[in-house]
Order: sequence, then C-alpha cells, then structure tokens
Amino acid sequence: MIAIGLEGSANKLGVGIMLHPDNGKPPQVLANIRHTYVSPPGEGFLPKDTARHHRSWVVTLVKKALKEARISVRDVDCICFTKGPGMGAPLQSVAVAARMLSLLWGKELVGVNHCVGHIEMGRLITGSTNPVVLYVSGGNTQVIAYSSQRYRIFGETLDIAVGNCLDRFARTLHISNDPAPGYNIEQMAKKGKQLVDLPYTVKGMDCSFSGILAAVDGLAATYGLGGEGKDDEASEDGKPTRADLCFSLQETIFSMLVEITERAMAHVGSKEVLIVGGVGCNERLQEMMGIMARDRGGSVHATDERFCIDNGIMIAQAGLLAYATGFRTPLKDSACTQRFRTDDVFVKWRD
Amino acid sequence: MTYTPPPLPPPYTNTSPPPTLLTQGAEAHLYKTSYLTPTTPAALKIRPSKPYRHPILDKRLTRQRILQEARCLVKLVREGVSVPAVLALDYEGQSENNNGGAWLLMEWIEGLVVRVVFERWEAFMKCSGELGGKELEREEKKVRGLMRGIGGVVGGLHRAGVIHGDLTTSNLMLRGLSSGEGEGSPGMEGDVVLIDFGLASQSISEEDRAVDLYVLERAFGSTHPRAEKFFEHVLEGYQGSYKGAHITLKRLQDVRMRGRKRSMIG
Repeated sequence: MIAIGLEGSANKLGVGIMLHPDNGKPPQVLANIRHTYVSPPGEGFLPKDTARHHRSWVVTLVKKALKEARISVRDVDCICFTKGPGMGAPLQSVAVAARMLSLLWGKELVGVNHCVGHIEMGRLITGSTNPVVLYVSGGNTQVIAYSSQRYRIFGETLDIAVGNCLDRFARTLHISNDPAPGYNIEQMAKKGKQLVDLPYTVKGMDCSFSGILAAVDGLAATYGLGGEGKDDEASEDGKPTRADLCFSLQETIFSMLVEITERAMAHVGSKEVLIVGGVGCNERLQEMMGIMARDRGGSVHATDERFCIDNGIMIAQAGLLAYATGFRTPLKDSACTQRFRTDDVFVKWRD
Repeated sequence: MTYTPPPLPPPYTNTSPPPTLLTQGAEAHLYKTSYLTPTTPAALKIRPSKPYRHPILDKRLTRQRILQEARCLVKLVREGVSVPAVLALDYEGQSENNNGGAWLLMEWIEGLVVRVVFERWEAFMKCSGELGGKELEREEKKVRGLMRGIGGVVGGLHRAGVIHGDLTTSNLMLRGLSSGEGEGSPGMEGDVVLIDFGLASQSISEEDRAVDLYVLERAFGSTHPRAEKFFEHVLEGYQGSYKGAHITLKRLQDVRMRGRKRSMIG
C-alpha cells in the first residue's frame, strides 16, 4: 500500500510518500519533502501568511514528491492529511488540497491526528516498541504512554508549549527564524556559561512555561539585551549575556521536561523514552534525557530533523496504519479542527 | 545493562544491616532501614543528585524540596492527618565525593500501595469475567468505600492547608494490608495513608486544591481505566471533610475545562 501524506498544521508544509509492502517487509519512505515558511526576525508566523504559503507551494511539492518516489498516481491507495490539531488557516488550506487530490484521482481520504503521526513515525524510525513518548514542539508539550487502544496523556503543559516559549524568547532577542528559532537558541546556548535563576514550574506530571518566559523576557529587558542589533560579546562585571539567558532558559525548561518524563516512566514502569516533535531535535535535550534514561537502566530514542520536525511521511505512516484497519474519512467529515486531542484517537492498529 | 543505584550518603554507609532498596521513584530512592533500635523499621528517602541537571539548579531544587517535604509532613502529623512522621533529615547530603544526596528518614508504614490494590482488583475482575449481580455489587461496594476513604484523607490534607502536588495511586497507601500475592479479590479495608510529599506545598487557595484533585482524577483515568467511573466517590468522600470543600469542587469543574485542546463540543 502507498499513501501520500500532507501536513501543514504550522509553518511547515510537508508532503511525504510512504510504502507499506504487502509481503510484510518494513515500511519504506519513498519521498519526504518539506518547505518552511520563515518569518522575519522578531516576528512569528501569522496564520494568514502561513496559509498563503501552503496554498502556493502544495501543488509543486506534491508533483515533486511523486517524481522523487518514481510512482504514478495509479499506485497511490489513499491521501492522508492532518485533521488537527494546529493553526486553523494553514490546516484548512492543506485539507482543501487533500480533498482536491482525493476527488481528482478518486482516492480515499484518511484524516490523521498530528500528534499520533509524530508518535507512529518515531516508533517506526527508532524501532522502539512501547516507549514513554515526550512530544515537544511549538504547539504541543505532552508526555504520552500507550494503554488499551489509546495514547494516553500523562502530563502536558498547562499554558504555552515549550517550543512556543523558545520561539517567543528568540523573538525578544531578535534571533533569526531561519532555519528555526529553536535551533538558533540552541547554538547560542552553547556559548552560555552563567546560570541565572528562573522559575521552575512542575506540577505533578504537568508543567507550565508562561511564567518562565515572562521572567526571562524581564531579565532581557533589565540587562538591555532584547531587541535588534545586540552583539553576543561577553559582558563586563558579571552581567549575564544573551548566550547566558539562552543557556539558562534551556537548562531550566529541559530539566522540567526530563523530570516529568522520568516521573511518567516511574509511574508506568517503562524504561524506554522516545522524543518526538520539533524541539526533540535539540541535542542538549537528547543528552539530558539520555543521562536520565541511563541512570534508570533504560535508553532514549530520538530522531533527526527529517522525522522530528513536522513532515508529510509521519501523516502517511499513521494514515496507512489506520487505513489498513479499514479506517476512512468520508468527504463530508473531512473538515479539520484546531482542537484534536491525542487521546481522542482510537488506536485500532496496536494491541 | 544492569542498574546500580548511586552510593548511600553517610551515616548509612555503615549501618548494619545495610538499608535495602525498595523502589526507585522518579525523584528519589526509597530504602528500608532501621531507626534507633534494629527492630524499629524506618523509611529512608534519598534524593540523589540528578546528573542531567545543572549542578546549581540541582542543589537549589533538592534543598528546596526536601525541606518543603519535611515541613509539610511535620505540619500534617500535628494536624492528625495520616502521613508518615519525620524522624531525621539532611538537606545538603554531606559526603566526601559529593554524590551521596540529601535524605529524609520517616516512619515506616506497613501496607500496600493503592495502585497495586487496584491492579490486583482489575486483574481479578478481568479473569473472573461476568460476575453475578450480588458479587458485582459486593466488589463495587468495596471500591466505593476505598474511594470515599481516599477522598476523606485528601480532604483532611487540604483542611490542614497542604497541597500534595502529585496525587497518584502510587502515592496512596493502605495501612495494614499484607503484601503477599493474594488470590481472588484484594482487600480494601484499612487506613488510607498519604505518602511522598516531594512536590507538596502549603496553600489554602481553592485553585491549588482543585488542581490537586484534578491531578488525582487524571491519574485514575490513565492508570486504572476500570476504576475511573468510581472517581465520583472520591469527591463524595472529599465533600464532607472540611468547610470549604464544596467551593473547591466547584472550582474543579473549571479546572477540568481548562486542559489544552479539549473538544469544544459539549
């Protein structure tokens, strides 16, 4: 079976083609193409502009993906698309594209939950069977474990997502959004040495980031580090630098993430961790998680930017798993939704 | 890969017999040791330093949490809430190699963790298939009783002005149950004891109290799907436990609505 996956819940437009061989051999990625809408430094991506970006690129990307996969439209079994959660306007423009392809080629539609897409892709790439999943991105922060046909959320953010916290601090410092604000913060944090005191907010297995963002923004303002054209030189008289703030922010919020993941692992008795989502590319987070897992006698699974950051194949992968169990999304139910919880999905393909 | 726990901090490096490791929680290692006389059992909670954390942050959090935990426990014992009593502590975790970790020594509670009780009960319900009306009624009555007991204890905790911060079924114990592998339906009688105050804080705001209850509700939903429908009896037990309980329960409704990306229908 072959599926095309279309993903556009945030500023990345991804088209992926996935093959599940009929003879039970491992699934293959035939094409994985992504185009990112990059906003100028100091700004975030607005839904309207992002949707326009997706609309103008989707046809090119689908054509390119088909060519790269060396398949014709006839070989495709279904069109998978992100049903949610995500930003409304970008989601809608991709859903329109998916419906159009479905009607044009006479293929079935499969609506996929974005978070489940991340989990299934992570499981496929790393080969981990039943891990505790930390899903961290610009829009989501969840600690998930599988139990009786659902991906259950053990812990999550109570306000903004961890990636959103990083992105917005990058905006405060006017760090470039290319290739991603989080990536640039990570590079800058490597130069940081001094740890400044920031709030540490873990509540059980949940956590909160908005207060930390306000605190670090406040520090940036106090030391005059926000805004455009500031250099990253070390300052005199022991004042924290921009790099120090990035470093402290990362150390604090990643400690929180590792802590809630560890708590979930202790609670369900699992030794494997899988990190998915855009923030999952961060090597410092992977390193910290690795130390924690090692001390528990377990291991951590992470993937690189091809699979961590939003992409089309993860939608195709989760879509194909559902498609194989007979799941279809009729045209009349193919509307997308900004609110679609991970635990709303009935996971028929696992036991 | 075999797991070796971190070295013990002094004075536990030379107690005889050496403390035995019971569980490795997320934050701490729990050991069974003795206090004053070799026949008085005691629970030793060690918070080893977390090598993944920045050392400054690690020290700050460890110190803050162990002191917080001890203060809450002392207060609750005084208020008559059933929690283990504090015997001794060291928040710096002095040792030569500096990796011993801070520790807290507490009264030993003999009994079973509620999570285990429910796991046995769920296993029992699963393998006994369709129970007859009378038997089912008896089983459910037992669960309802335990749920009310849990609610009562959590209410007592809140009345005393303490928030647990991590209410899960792993942090509730039933005093007096034997740990032997029981055949059939597990017993559910006995005092409910709250343990692990590692994330506890002192607060009397109804918001904090409601969040505490919400955390417990979610823990039931994710670990004991079969027992989840009895959660209302926890709230029932909670209701009568102190004067402002009904305000907290009202607030709980708001907290439930607040989770992210909830479906907006209904």
